[in-house]
Amino acid sequence: MAKSLLPKSLDHDLNWRWSSLVLCALMVLPFVANAMGESFYIALATRILIFAIAATSLNLILGFGGMVSFGHAAFLGVGAYTVAILTQMGLTDAWLVWPVAMLVAGSFAFLIGAVSLRTQGVYFIMITLAFAQMMYYLVVSVKTYGGDDGMPLLTRSRIGMWDMSTDTNFYYVTLAVCVVIWVLIARLLNARFGHVLQAIRDNEVRMQSLGYAVFRHKLCAFVLSGALAGLAGALLANQSGFVSPAMMQWSQSGMLMMMVILGGVGHLYGGVWGAIVFLLLEETLSHFTIHWQLGLGALLLAVVLLAPNGLTSVFKHLQKEPSA
Amino acid sequence: MNGILLLEQSLNGLQFGLMLFLLAAGLTLVFGIMDMINLAHGSLYMVGAYCIASVATVTGSFWLALIVGVIAAAVFGILLEISILRRLYARDHLSQVLGTFAILLMCNETVRLVWGAQPITLNPPEALSGPVELLPVLMYPAYRLCIIGVGLLVALFLYLLITRTRIGMQVRAGAANREMAMAMGSHVQGLFTVLFGLGAALCALAGGMLGPLLAVQVGMGESILILAFVVIVIGGIGSIRGAFLGAMLVGCVDTAGRTLVPMVFESLLSPEAASSAGPAVASILIYVLMATVLFFKPRGLFPTHG
Repeated sequence: MAKSLLPKSLDHDLNWRWSSLVLCALMVLPFVANAMGESFYIALATRILIFAIAATSLNLILGFGGMVSFGHAAFLGVGAYTVAILTQMGLTDAWLVWPVAMLVAGSFAFLIGAVSLRTQGVYFIMITLAFAQMMYYLVVSVKTYGGDDGMPLLTRSRIGMWDMSTDTNFYYVTLAVCVVIWVLIARLLNARFGHVLQAIRDNEVRMQSLGYAVFRHKLCAFVLSGALAGLAGALLANQSGFVSPAMMQWSQSGMLMMMVILGGVGHLYGGVWGAIVFLLLEETLSHFTIHWQLGLGALLLAVVLLAPNGLTSVFKHLQKEPSA
Repeated sequence: MNGILLLEQSLNGLQFGLMLFLLAAGLTLVFGIMDMINLAHGSLYMVGAYCIASVATVTGSFWLALIVGVIAAAVFGILLEISILRRLYARDHLSQVLGTFAILLMCNETVRLVWGAQPITLNPPEALSGPVELLPVLMYPAYRLCIIGVGLLVALFLYLLITRTRIGMQVRAGAANREMAMAMGSHVQGLFTVLFGLGAALCALAGGMLGPLLAVQVGMGESILILAFVVIVIGGIGSIRGAFLGAMLVGCVDTAGRTLVPMVFESLLSPEAASSAGPAVASILIYVLMATVLFFKPRGLFPTHG
């Protein structure tokens, strides 16, 4: 991985001054949207937050661990299907269902990671892709759970007395989950584990010879990332009220990867920026033409060729320029 | 009866494997020499198939269309290499995946824009539309036999090209150690442009040959691209020999899986269980094969890099 892509420091600041401002804006967003009569934006914002979690979980292994996983959508799908299946069985308590979704996705990540992490570089990219394809075809051919057509989610998960059926309430739950995740991820990255993980990304051989358990650290991060993606999948299933194999398609993994790269590889908020930019682009472009993917592709190519460090680093660059 | 079925399925496997080899050969060389992941390889296959189908509709001649389409795809591939891909060689795998993924999206949308979202038909040439009697009890479609013939010819051509010519020597040197090959004076950049055009031509050939059997539609490139990646990863990146073996393995395992697995399951399990488990196991079989190979040989069966 090109070193220029990455932030210099191993410590990652939550940047409370700015993030609390953004958080306040996000808190009042439903009121503004409802006042404008555009409640559609609440659903869109929820979707963006969910994909921000998914992209950040990928960033954890891709950006901070240097593992380019091309099968991340599989974990998203596993989480979503776990919720859908449990709901079908009559289990709807979010305190039970969501952790189970994380657990199942994490277990899959453990199995897949244990095999895949033996390989390096391109082979790792390809083997994660192969595993994701396996999961995809499994889901497509299991007719009990809808097969190709997917299955609907009859009701959203419950949290105590909190009414999850309205989009606004669900939005606040998603926001709360996001805040908890970012605080935890920042703590994790600034702790010993995070430093070791980033050091492995920068020089695996040296860490190995210094006596660190390289494989165990990578596997740990992989499992954690899978579990987080599972949580994002659980939220996504709840939000859209529907799960289908399309969630696990390899182009979905590609989209998640795009979000991470757009936002900034190895930046704490890279996944967030990526999700925001990507989904807003998709939203606006698809308004103009059904061939929006053409514009998206052109833009992506431009980003890859012209701004390889992602958007976050562009902002940082702009911020720092006057003082330098 | 079973023997006949087995023979027919092995011919199908051989035919599919050879077509996969056409795709995988270009991909593995690009991968091996330039260390470049090209997700847009499947798009060349799609563009080639569309060109061939269009020309065939206009002129009514399949063979003429095949030649025109193959040349068009080669030109398209070379233009793509010169204009965009060349800038991605020095970058990390992540940027390559993203950049070529962008190209793939653009190709898909452009094809949808030009030819529409509906699949278009490509008919096999008249002379080959009927079956041929291979054995007294085995009738096999002539067109599929023709595909096997073309595939074997191309494989032979590539084998001679790689092992017997000066270009082939440079290709092998480049795949084994690019820096050293450049230091020894081979013009890797120019060689690569030529190779990319050749890879694109092979893609279009596979697209045109498979067009009458599979649907010519948007997204046809992606599913086969992943199979081609599986092939080259199994075979070892950069190795033509590995790609050939991998393609045969994947082609046969996939074809056998689709016919044999459901049969075995039906005899072992209840009909309901068999009907849902059979296709599931059959479709993941090649990925299991790949994971197994990588588990024991993390660099594929025939690793080229020292």
